[in-house]
Amino acid sequence: MKTPTLSSPAGASAQNASGLQGLWQALPDPVRSVAFRLLALGLLCLALSLASDAFLTTTNIVNVLRQAALLFLLASGVTLVILTAGLDLSVGANVAMSACLAATLMKATGSITLAVFAGLGCGLLIGIANGLLITLLRLPPFIATYGMLWILHGVTYWFMKGETIHGFPPAFRAIGSGHWLGIPIPVYLMVAFLFIGVLFAQRTRWGQEIYAVGANPEAARLSGVPVKSRLVLVYAVSGAMAGLASLIFLARLNSAEGDIGEALTLPAIAAVLIGGTSLFGGVGSVFGTLVGALILTLVLNGMNLLAISSNWQPVVTGVIVVLAVFLDNLTRKGDRK
Amino acid sequence: MHEMTVRAEPVAGVGKLIARLKHAGSASGALMMLIVLCAVFAFSTENFLDGANLVNVAVQSTILLLLALPMTLIIMTEGLDLSMGAVLTLANVVLATVAVNTGGVSLALLAALGVGLAFGLVNGTLVSRLGIPPFVATLGTLGAAQGLALVVTDGQSVVGIPASVQMFYSGAFLGVPAPIWIAGIAYAAFHGVLYHTRFGANVFALGGNREALTLAGVRTRLYLVAVYVIGGLMAGLAALLLTARISSGHPTAALGMEFDAIAAVAVGGTSFEKGKGWLLGTLIGVLAVGVLRNGLNLMGVTSAVQVSAIGLLVILALMIDAFRGKQS
Repeated sequence: MKTPTLSSPAGASAQNASGLQGLWQALPDPVRSVAFRLLALGLLCLALSLASDAFLTTTNIVNVLRQAALLFLLASGVTLVILTAGLDLSVGANVAMSACLAATLMKATGSITLAVFAGLGCGLLIGIANGLLITLLRLPPFIATYGMLWILHGVTYWFMKGETIHGFPPAFRAIGSGHWLGIPIPVYLMVAFLFIGVLFAQRTRWGQEIYAVGANPEAARLSGVPVKSRLVLVYAVSGAMAGLASLIFLARLNSAEGDIGEALTLPAIAAVLIGGTSLFGGVGSVFGTLVGALILTLVLNGMNLLAISSNWQPVVTGVIVVLAVFLDNLTRKGDRK
Repeated sequence: MHEMTVRAEPVAGVGKLIARLKHAGSASGALMMLIVLCAVFAFSTENFLDGANLVNVAVQSTILLLLALPMTLIIMTEGLDLSMGAVLTLANVVLATVAVNTGGVSLALLAALGVGLAFGLVNGTLVSRLGIPPFVATLGTLGAAQGLALVVTDGQSVVGIPASVQMFYSGAFLGVPAPIWIAGIAYAAFHGVLYHTRFGANVFALGGNREALTLAGVRTRLYLVAVYVIGGLMAGLAALLLTARISSGHPTAALGMEFDAIAAVAVGGTSFEKGKGWLLGTLIGVLAVGVLRNGLNLMGVTSAVQVSAIGLLVILALMIDAFRGKQS
């Protein structure tokens, strides 16, 4: 689609090398950066299909998509935060708390609507709280959201009292484990939010202002962007997306306990960084995050298929995070020269 | 900014005294918090003020102090080490495994220090050479250390710790518990290095005046690596006390403990952005966190919920800090 030079090898070989190179260099930076990642994704798929017979089966592909969908929904909110040069370390704990609250209410009242609104609302409020800590108290984002992480962790344990809630109505479980035309419901949500996210970030004024805040907050302020309210907005969106992810996760697991979803923070941030969004703000895209989520999910899926212990997953994710930021720094330095 | 220059070139006499007094101002907030916490628990629980319990608070705070001391240096350089709890956990299971297999302390401690050294080097290199923001670099190594702790133990506890290890927590020398000796010596060493050596002066300058330091010909990257290496080594040392305390190696033993350390440093008045820090403030912060955990324990509050209280304490401390900043 955006990679004509890569998808038409026959045409490419007819051209001379400098023509091909010229075409590649003429592409805008964001397109090239996404093209690189799509190429990596393609190579990864090729390698996995050669390494394991189980990879290219319908069951496995559907499984990968379902996992990537959850990761993408969580990471898409984090993308907006990182675009402003911020960070949200509280998303995993947010998922835990929102899921536990929704589960408790659903068990107590039997109302799915109430549970859904409680989960989304809880996530949203946590996000707004993050935004206020950062803008009103002027705390560095990683400190504010890191403190929030542990506050949520404790509060969730407090109201769960170490218990597990399980067994939810089938209508609710459909959000996470249902299918339509053979494709899991979360995948539809992923596609929907991909469109919403891309349109919001690239085609609306608020989206462009978020990029501006990340690229240079002082310049953005001077040109009339309400920096503080845009910052609160991105943390609120990140929180609300965590609330949505918590519902899907809850519906898929069909049970909730105090630490549900806490391990999702590192993968969510990893997906954003693999997707090419820069920690220094102003550069990146929601579409890149989708590619990042797919790459990370495939790596972890591949490890599963090759029977590598799941204990290695945080190790690999951690290494990938560091590598992604390192490569991002390298390409950025290359551009400056 | 003014006190920074005083600190960076520690001249004797009046300037130094003024700088100390200014810091006393920011630490008095921490001291007030500590006193208020003690008062609250003295009234709300029966046993808090017992001599035995107070000794308990001190002994239990030693592991945290070993982490909070290097965390102070790291935060002073505008850095952060989120991997410290996970590295301590990995060092704990490695130390326990080696101790169980060799029956002695020395090799086990060396192995734990080796783990700390390796992670410190990696963290320092990622931050200083590759230019990766500290909170993301150490978030990555957090994942690595946490996973490796599971890989080493296969998710199981390591038991059968020899008595020679255990006495480092339960033993005493001249009537003072062994962990207090270790923490006391560590504090004295950090104080000496930070306030009475060129290294210390440069660490202060790394936070607020990095450009100037580089222009003055100081190899700032090397110093930055050194600060993270010290953090790793102290996590290795803390693993000795932790293993002795819990008499086992456990793959999740100290996960999240970096938050207690960061909280203690924040409560102690060290700033995350301006390269200002005070070691005595950190000691007070460690005691405040220790008292809070101990008091909530006496009230029957579980550990996970205590963490929320620590989070609120941090936000309170930062609010006071922000308020002071506006005033001056």
